[in-house]
Amino acid sequence: MASVKEHKSHDMGLHQEVLTGRTQQVFFNPEESENFLYNDAYDVDFNKRTSIDVEKLNCIEVNSKIKDLMKQGYGTIVLKNPGAKHSLGVGILNKLNLIIEGSLGYFGVGSIDGPVVRISGRVGWSCAENMMAGKVVIEKNAGSCFGAAIRGGDLICKGSVGARSGIDMKGGTIMIGGNAGAFTGFMMQRGRIVILGDVGPNLGDSLYDGTIFVGGKIESLGADAVEAEMTDLDVDWLKRKLKVAEIDKKINFSKMTKIVSGKKLWNYDNLEPTERKGAI
Amino acid sequence: MCGIAGIIHKGKSTNVGGEMQQMLQSLKHRGPDSTGYALYGTGGTQDYILRFKVGENVKEGSSAIMEDASLYEKRRNEVNEKIVEAGGNIVKEEQITPYSFRYVTSFEGDLLEFARKIESVEMAEILSLGKSLELVKDIGDAKVVADQYGLNNFEGTHGIGHTRMATESGVDIRSAHPYWAYPFSDVSVVHNGQLTNYWNNRRGLERKGMRFMSSCDSELIAVYLANKIRDGIGLEEAMRSSLTDLDGVFTYMVATQDQLGMAKDSMAAKPMVLYESDDLVLCASEEVAIRSLLPHEIDTYDPYESEVKVWQA
Repeated sequence: MASVKEHKSHDMGLHQEVLTGRTQQVFFNPEESENFLYNDAYDVDFNKRTSIDVEKLNCIEVNSKIKDLMKQGYGTIVLKNPGAKHSLGVGILNKLNLIIEGSLGYFGVGSIDGPVVRISGRVGWSCAENMMAGKVVIEKNAGSCFGAAIRGGDLICKGSVGARSGIDMKGGTIMIGGNAGAFTGFMMQRGRIVILGDVGPNLGDSLYDGTIFVGGKIESLGADAVEAEMTDLDVDWLKRKLKVAEIDKKINFSKMTKIVSGKKLWNYDNLEPTERKGAI
Repeated sequence: MCGIAGIIHKGKSTNVGGEMQQMLQSLKHRGPDSTGYALYGTGGTQDYILRFKVGENVKEGSSAIMEDASLYEKRRNEVNEKIVEAGGNIVKEEQITPYSFRYVTSFEGDLLEFARKIESVEMAEILSLGKSLELVKDIGDAKVVADQYGLNNFEGTHGIGHTRMATESGVDIRSAHPYWAYPFSDVSVVHNGQLTNYWNNRRGLERKGMRFMSSCDSELIAVYLANKIRDGIGLEEAMRSSLTDLDGVFTYMVATQDQLGMAKDSMAAKPMVLYESDDLVLCASEEVAIRSLLPHEIDTYDPYESEVKVWQA
């Protein structure tokens, strides 16, 4: 098993667990990781700050402008008047402080790898989809499919989120200060979800792996989601993470519920064919 | 995909036609094929406002069959005869397009029989029949339809609307939303999603004497609710039962003379964003529609799965 030292990706906020996939092992070869940079990554200065009024711009214009500003070395960019427009701040593969004064529509800050994003309003469906690394903090609520298929980083919503948060997620952490809707963690494969409020039906349905922590009531568990025992390590991790998440809430961590995969579905080998049919 | 939107002012009336136009225009990308409005005026008159059509819009994009325009006049005359024959009286009549009309009629009697008489005329379809409801739908985006039907200064308390991307049926007015919950005055429905047990439900409702004018799955919701109301069930309860009786993925909105409601399926698979204040409720498939009226920073949220909400005007 690879040691933590070998995984520079952890420092970048990527996977928290040891990676076993062949492609990822090659990709995160310790010798290569020192020089790991995207071809078009820019050296930006966080003290160099500017803003864009996006009221009259479409998403392509805004996203191109962000790229141009990073090219000029701006490390802190403020988007003003986003007006719930779709697909703003997507595809940023760079370190950057992106501050969004207002709300985003669908697919906001998707496919990002590295930036720290602060959103003062609400976000629509599929916020931060496919996020690889970085941190996104949303002050208000979020729509459905929050953090769909994220692979790393910290995605934080201080309010409530819709259905299917963390669907198909493969790493990273999603933290929700309020409530979450149905099918949270649906087909989750890795990573952690923390919900401080209540959660709707079918929590963790068909999850392969990963962990879900819930502070409030769970309406129902999905297929193959089972309750597990909270450990001291879990409590320590939650304390650390919620500090990172900037969620100012008094929580009795030991009373939270921990949900993991029962590993009884068709993809696990320990069922007889007849049982397997029943499980599906 | 389709886009739906709704607005309700609590205790006051405004230019709800213009507001709905703005909301629906910002949802154009969700459904460019046709646009529909169900607007609730402040009139509340003794007479009925009858919106009907006797043909289809066969302009660009339409899947309807081209007809000689002279047929429209012939059918309109037949409708006039049927109204009188049914015991009604035409107080005022307006021709909005070659195929679409707005009448004010006085009538006392069985609304179902009245509607049946009118719709016995070939191609005649009642879009709405109510004391405050005015339902307009046609091919084109929100601005095109609002301009064509003069809805930009429509004074009222509430309304629902729809931008349609045709998937289950043709690009024509009969498949456009909203749907009137025939034969109940002032009840209309818009829907975003797909119903997968359409035919089972439709056959059952047809056996009970309910009528379908299209093969659009969304019409089922209007007919379903109408049937429940006919059985004496309240709107909110009827909406709640729809969540188990209707199968598929859907978010729909329904409006009555003084109410606006929304329902979301158990999977929460179709979007809806809500804004609520003391005197205003706005709901739409996307927040951009709400922002078209309230550009400043506001608090909005997504309703959850199996959620039903009803607001009073």
